Amino acid sequence: MQLDDLSRRLIERYQHQLPICTDPWQAMADELGCSAAEVLDCLRRLDEQGALSRVGPVFEHSRAGASTLVALAVPQSRLEQVAELVNRYPEVNHNYLREHDYNLWFVLTGPDRQSLERCLEDIQQTTGLAPLDLPMRRAYRIDLGFSLEATP
Amino acid sequence: MNGLDPRQRTALRQQLENGLPLTARPWQTLAEQLGSSEAAVLEQARQWNDEGLFRRFGLVVHHRNLGFRANAMLVLDIPDHQVDAIGERLGRADGVNLCYQRPRRLPHWPFNLFCMVHGRERAAVQAHIAELLARHGLDQMPHRLLFSTRAFKQRGGRFTPSLPQETAHG
Repeated sequence: MQLDDLSRRLIERYQHQLPICTDPWQAMADELGCSAAEVLDCLRRLDEQGALSRVGPVFEHSRAGASTLVALAVPQSRLEQVAELVNRYPEVNHNYLREHDYNLWFVLTGPDRQSLERCLEDIQQTTGLAPLDLPMRRAYRIDLGFSLEATP
Repeated sequence: MNGLDPRQRTALRQQLENGLPLTARPWQTLAEQLGSSEAAVLEQARQWNDEGLFRRFGLVVHHRNLGFRANAMLVLDIPDHQVDAIGERLGRADGVNLCYQRPRRLPHWPFNLFCMVHGRERAAVQAHIAELLARHGLDQMPHRLLFSTRAFKQRGGRFTPSLPQETAHG
């Protein structure tokens, strides 16, 4: 995807510290030297193109509730079926296929650890596969978005 | 100023998990949906932000759709007494977006340190990681590179419990 100049600047500048105020698009426009309508149009376009997940908070997992990283070793022949089953859980986000025997990796989030354990049990029963439950022990670098420039 | 009641607070958190509406006055739109005022909604969001409930507030991109399709999860098995020091160093390295310690699950899973490296080209990401490991003296440590080859689902977490169907009395 080719990004226009304003898209690039919005992504570089506003993956964090987007102003929380009555007219955020105007506040951003003032800083970028364009109009609020251009900011909003650009965000809508990125959204339509599928480049934007959302504009808003990424919650701090430990404060917002509980989360864990889960992996399943899914036989190739069952991949589509199991991925679809897993996707149906509202607790599941970021479900990826990865190159390993443990090939299906997803994050579970919920209000508390207990709700995640119920979900894990349910996934095991539904799929017949034993999940790896890998909750975060310690964060050395957390998600602050990423740079369009400094990325290999 | 009238603050939000508990039910409105829960509803606002759920709205925010889906992101701001892309309207001219997004907080006003949220307030209308909640039956509250823009000022009260903003006040609550700022309070959550100040309290550290938000890790960040801004654009959340679908990196794969931006062309970042070579995304590797680097996992390493680092002796427990070294994992904090090495995690801190890798967490500061260029190109490492996330760096977490997680438990091993022996015998199935021996790795305890996880780094995410996103890039456009697989070969470039592999070279970047090889260089990273060499520079930090980690190339002899057991490690694997798990590239993601497909995204089945990519969206933010849902933390807020569902609202009860009926309002509590009182």
